Amino acid sequence: MIDQLIFSAEVFLNGLMTGVMYALVALGFVLIYKASGVFNYAQGVMALFAALTLVGIQQGQVPFVHLINAIFGTHVENFGWNVPSVLAIILTAGVMVLLAILIEKLVLQHLVGQEPIILFMATIGLAYFLEGFGDVMWGADIKTLDVGLPQGISDTVEAVTAEWVGYGFFIDRLDIWASIIAAILVAALVAFSQYTKQGRAMRAVADDHQAALSVGISLRFIWVMVWSIAGFVALVAGIMWGTKSGVQFSLSLIALKALPVLMLGGFTSIPGAIVGGLIIGVGEKLFEFWIGPLVGGATENWFAYVLALLFLVFRPQGLFGERIIERV
Amino acid sequence: MLYREAGDFKTGYRADGQTFPIRLDRWGYYILLAVAVLVVPFLINDYWANAVFVPFLIYAIAALGLNILTGYAGQVSLGTGGFMAVGAYAVYKLMTAFPDISIVIHILLAGGITAIVGMLFGLPSLRIKGFYLAVATLAAQFFLVWLFNKVPWFYNYSASGQITAPTRTVLGHAVTGPATSAPAKYLICLAFVLVLAWVARNLTRGTSGRKWMAIRDMDIAAEIIGVNPLTAKLSAFAASSFFVGIAGALLFSVYLGAAEVGEAFGINKSFLVLFMIIIGGLGSIFGSFAGAAFMVLLPVLLKNLLVGQLGWPTDLAAHIELMIVGALIVLFLIVEPHGLARLWALTKEKLRLWPFPH
Repeated sequence: MIDQLIFSAEVFLNGLMTGVMYALVALGFVLIYKASGVFNYAQGVMALFAALTLVGIQQGQVPFVHLINAIFGTHVENFGWNVPSVLAIILTAGVMVLLAILIEKLVLQHLVGQEPIILFMATIGLAYFLEGFGDVMWGADIKTLDVGLPQGISDTVEAVTAEWVGYGFFIDRLDIWASIIAAILVAALVAFSQYTKQGRAMRAVADDHQAALSVGISLRFIWVMVWSIAGFVALVAGIMWGTKSGVQFSLSLIALKALPVLMLGGFTSIPGAIVGGLIIGVGEKLFEFWIGPLVGGATENWFAYVLALLFLVFRPQGLFGERIIERV
Repeated sequence: MLYREAGDFKTGYRADGQTFPIRLDRWGYYILLAVAVLVVPFLINDYWANAVFVPFLIYAIAALGLNILTGYAGQVSLGTGGFMAVGAYAVYKLMTAFPDISIVIHILLAGGITAIVGMLFGLPSLRIKGFYLAVATLAAQFFLVWLFNKVPWFYNYSASGQITAPTRTVLGHAVTGPATSAPAKYLICLAFVLVLAWVARNLTRGTSGRKWMAIRDMDIAAEIIGVNPLTAKLSAFAASSFFVGIAGALLFSVYLGAAEVGEAFGINKSFLVLFMIIIGGLGSIFGSFAGAAFMVLLPVLLKNLLVGQLGWPTDLAAHIELMIVGALIVLFLIVEPHGLARLWALTKEKLRLWPFPH
C-alpha cells in the first residue's frame, strides 16, 4: 500500500512536469486569443516549424533542398557548417517574427471582423500550410534536437528522495529545466504586459479593439507583436518537446493536447493555462497509472479531452475564464 | 441565352418550390443522373473507381452529413473521423454477426447506431458553443478511436487488430470483399448517395432544416420564437451522424475492404471532411458534392502532375499538396467564405442575363 502511494507520488511529480510542457504550448494560445480574439489552432505547428527551423539552421541544412534538387536535378545537400546553438536560436526567433508579419499581412488583415469560428478554421488552414511548408523547407525525417540542455535522470533528486522517503524518484533533468524556463518565461511575459508601453497597449487591445484604436494604438502592430511573442513561445515549446522526443510531426499533435488545457483553464487567463496544464498533466498520468491497466492502457490519448468535456458541461468558461455573457 | 426562367410557368406551389426551378437546370440534373446511372457503370474500370468515383461518392455522403451539422445547424464538429469509425465498426459487427441479412440493411443500421452515438456526444452542445464545442468533439474523435483500438470485441479478436470486410452480395453481385467489380462498388455507393442527397435536400428545406438554420443564425433568438434548442441541436447531431456513419460504413466495407482504426479514421479524416464543406460551401447540398469532388480530385491531379509528369519524389508532392490545401482553405475563407457553391450560384446569376447586360 505504501509502495503504491510512493509510486503515485512519483507519477504525480512527473505529471506536474508534463503539465508544465502542456502549459507552455497553451500559453501561446492564450496570448493570441487575448490580443486578437483568434483561436490559433496553428500554435502547435508553429512549435514544430520553429523546432524544424532551429535544427535546420544548426546543422547548416540548405532550405528547400528537396525542391531544388527535384527542379534542377542537382544534388545539393548541406552548407557544410554548424551554427552555434545561441546564434541558431536567435536566427530562428527572427524567422518566427518574419512569419508573424507575413501571417498578419496575408491572412489576418483580410479577415478582420469575421466570426471567430471562421478565423479558427483559417488557422486550421494555416496549420496545414505551415506543416507542408516546414516539411518542404527542411525535410520530413525525424531529427534530433540538442541545444545543450541537460538530459537524463536527475541524480540529485534521486539521492535526496532516497534519503527522505527511502525510494529514489526518477525525474528527467530536462523536465526540471523546462519548469524553470517556463517559470522565467511566464514571469517575463507578465512583467512585459504590466510594465512596458507595448505591454499596456497589448492589454488595451485585448480589452476592447475599438477603444484601443481610438486612443491611437496601432492594431496591426500589436497583432504582429503578439504573433511574434507567440512564435517565440512556440520556439521555446518546440525546443523543449523537440529535445524530449525528437522533432517530428507528432510534435504538432501536442497542440491538440493544449486545447483541453485551455478549456479547463479558460481561454483568456495566463494563470489558467498554467493551472489547466498542471491539472491535465497530473490527471492523465495518475489516470493512466491507476485506471489505465484495467482498460488496456494508452488512455493518455483521450483522457484530457474527456475531462475537459465533462468539466465544460458544468463550467462553460473554464476555471479562470471571463464569464460568458450573451446579449441578444 | 437559353438559361432563362421566362416562359417556364409554374401552376402550383409544388412546382414553384421545387429544387430546380429553371428548366435547363432540371434537364441538366436529369442528364447527369442518366449519365451517372446508365453510362458510367459500363465505362468504369478499377483505377477510375478506386481513385476517383468511389471515394468521391463516399466523401460526398460524409460531407453532406457534416454540412447538416456545421453548415445548417452551425455546430462545428472535429469528430467526423470518430463517427465514421463508429459506422465502420458497426457495419463490421453486423456483417459478421448476421451474415444472412442484406448488407444494405446493415449499412442503414450502422448509420442508425452512429446517430445514437452522435446524439450522445452532441449533448454538451446544449451548454457550450463555437470552438469550445469544436474542441469538445475532439473528445469523441480520440475516445472512439482509442475504444476501437483497445476493445478486442469490436474487431472480433483478430490478431492484427484490423477489421476485414467479408464478401456480401446485393442482387447476386458481390459489393464487398476482394472479388468486387468496379461497377458494383460504384453502383452501390451511387445508390446510397442518390437517396441520401434527396433526404438531405428535403430535410434541410423542411421544418427541421429551418429550425437548424434558426439555431445557427442566433440561438437565443431562435429559442424565443419557439425553436426548442434541445431537439433542434440533437436532431442535427443525429441526422449528421447518420450520414457520416453510412459514409464510414461504405468507406470500410466497399472502398477499403480492410481498415485499422487509427489510420483510416484518424483526426486527419475529420479535417478532410471539414475542408470539403468549407471549400464546397457551408450550408449547401451542391457545395458538399463540389467540395468532395475537389478534395478527392486535387491529390490525384497533383500526383499525376508532380510525380507523373515532372518526376518529383512522392513525399515532396505530398508536402506540396498539404501546402496547397492549407493555402486554399485560407484563400477561400478570405475571398469566398461560401465556397464553390456560391461561385456556382454567381455564375448562374450571370448566365441568366447573358448575353444582354440588363
